[in-house]
Amino acid sequence: MEAAEKQLEELASAGYQAGFVTEIESETLPPGLDESVIRLISARKNEPEFVLEWRLEAYRKWLEMIEPNWAHLHYPKIDLQSISYFSAPKSAADAPQSLDEVDPELLRTYEKLGIPLEEQKMLAGVAVDAVFDSVSVATTFRKQLAEAGVIFCSISEAMHDYPELIKQYLGSVVPQTDNYFAALNAAVFTDGTFVYIPEGVRCPMELSTYFRINERNTGQFERTLIVAEKGSYVSYLEGCTAPQRDENQLHAAVVELIAKEDAQIKYSTVQNWYPGDATGKGGIYNFVTKRGVCEGDRSHISWTQVETGSAITWKYPSCILKGDDSVGEFYSVAVARSAQQADTGTKMYHIGENTRSTIVSKGISADRGQNAYRGLVRMNKGAEQGRNHTQCDSLLIGDKCGAHTFPYIEVGNPTAKVEHEATTSKIGEDQLFYCRQRGISEEDAVSMIVNGFCKEVFNELPMEFAVEARKLLAISLEGAVG
Amino acid sequence: MLLSVKDLHANINGEEILKGLNLDMGKGEVHAIMGPNGSGKSTLSKVLAGREDYEVMSGSVTYKDEDLLEMSPEERAQQGVFMAFQYPVELPGVNNTYFMQTALNSVRKARGEEELNSLEFMKLIRGKLKELNMDESLLKRSVNTGFSGGEMKRNEILQMSLLEPSLAILDETDSGLDIDALRIVADGVNNLRSPERSMLVITHYQRLLDYIQPDYVHVLSGGKIIRSGDKSLALELEEHGYGWIKEQEAA
Repeated sequence: MEAAEKQLEELASAGYQAGFVTEIESETLPPGLDESVIRLISARKNEPEFVLEWRLEAYRKWLEMIEPNWAHLHYPKIDLQSISYFSAPKSAADAPQSLDEVDPELLRTYEKLGIPLEEQKMLAGVAVDAVFDSVSVATTFRKQLAEAGVIFCSISEAMHDYPELIKQYLGSVVPQTDNYFAALNAAVFTDGTFVYIPEGVRCPMELSTYFRINERNTGQFERTLIVAEKGSYVSYLEGCTAPQRDENQLHAAVVELIAKEDAQIKYSTVQNWYPGDATGKGGIYNFVTKRGVCEGDRSHISWTQVETGSAITWKYPSCILKGDDSVGEFYSVAVARSAQQADTGTKMYHIGENTRSTIVSKGISADRGQNAYRGLVRMNKGAEQGRNHTQCDSLLIGDKCGAHTFPYIEVGNPTAKVEHEATTSKIGEDQLFYCRQRGISEEDAVSMIVNGFCKEVFNELPMEFAVEARKLLAISLEGAVG
Repeated sequence: MLLSVKDLHANINGEEILKGLNLDMGKGEVHAIMGPNGSGKSTLSKVLAGREDYEVMSGSVTYKDEDLLEMSPEERAQQGVFMAFQYPVELPGVNNTYFMQTALNSVRKARGEEELNSLEFMKLIRGKLKELNMDESLLKRSVNTGFSGGEMKRNEILQMSLLEPSLAILDETDSGLDIDALRIVADGVNNLRSPERSMLVITHYQRLLDYIQPDYVHVLSGGKIIRSGDKSLALELEEHGYGWIKEQEAA
């Protein structure tokens, strides 16, 4: 706790601090999308035939789909033909075996972000599968994980090494044609992470992937697949920052989680992509499909997210509570300031008996930021004694921002219970004055009040991540008041 | 002289509330300011603490030989000005201990003193609680959130004892307190009396002054101090009401 607060004090300058571009030679396809591009991606990655077929099938269906427009978001139409669909750091051609072989420029990039691999390796005991421009270039701790029987590798590797698992689970939670962006992802995804926790294994460390979008005009299409067998446990951290640039960048990731009987998956995200300048120019468009299935009885999936970046956020991490007594959780902090827009929330599908879900959503809007919570709680007919509690709080800073709440509740079982609580509050002059009268600067007061508001969500994050989240929140709200 | 207010005029929302207020306070003195509703009591405390929606039109405030009005609210706090709020503000989710540690360290840092780590701070705050006869449960809660009126005021006194101000302004600290809470708060204040600390006790009622004995009593009316005296003035007021002084003034 204290370390976290200390970090806050160290924050000095305003602006987007992770804004820099690393010069690494990349092998990039020219912009444009058609079947040949998909074949090329697949060939470049030397994928098994079934993956190519799967991609093409997604692509053909995608051609018939239309971009969704129901979200509370306003942005110019994305020209998908102007995006390059593949880029790989050159140094990945002969994949590095250790950090020594990693491009030093890349390592410096991580250092600038305050996440040096070396240090993490030693101090935090976190294995890092670093996804840099779509291709994994550094993986640590693989061996220790292997001893526990845990598979933690890039999804491309998994296709070669564990084709049966990929065949069985890829697209099993988010089908290829689930939605426009998920279908696009299925067609062109370049890499991502695969995690497999065998029966009864408690993953010995927190698994972490840092994503960075680094190639000009390159949409990033990541896919993450996590399978937790009976009675296993895994905590997965996903964090990302991006260099500053001018063009809008599309990001359409897909994450699938599968929890078998008594298994637990904890998925935490800190998202800090470039939000664009004061007018929104240059920010990342973040269209993400995340879904987990609690397949077995008593399984448990929790999503925790801290979304401070991106110009546009469209994201609804969801849980399908199939197994009896299974539990789904969603804890979210979403910040929208300057011209940022966020439409985010969750879906909880209660199918099994006595399934429980908890939703805690904290939206913070400042400047002209627009923040929408959109959530669905559905109690299916068979969801005997299903329970949901939703708490949806909005905090406004200034008088030009907006907070919107769109809760959808569908109850098909008379014994199910659904509760929804919502509040909207404003950081008041009174609160700021009270802090300042005690000697606390206005900036520190704002981050203190905001952190207080987000406490329930931060409490769900693993320690190192909570530190980063507080730091990000403080940075992203610098200068929001006064 | 610790504090010297000269011919202070201040507005809120364009309306003149303080109309030429004069006040001098020496080191270690306890001054009470009494006055009817709307006389400018609250405005005075807020102007001294630096609340920005109050506009100073003319006059001066000198504190420790410096121009107080030039300082931001946090600078004033760092220089030893403390205000116990009439209505303390809730900060949901902000842990009270963390809040107080941050405040103390901000003040210490500004004074060039070493910041306290959590262990040192806990030791200090536990000692303060003991001195003030207060319960440790205050530490675990969110700042003022769900506090009773008495708890809020006690929390203010706790902060005052922690920050060890040179000038403590008690803005109607007695409002909304029952007699037991009033006594606890007054005991706290009395504990904190010292030759190094001046106090400005702002109150509507005389009853607080039964517990906190002031060196001087001033009557504020119509934005000016119209009468000053020793503590017997408070008793006279209690007996005759504010109307009595106003009549005398008019005569």
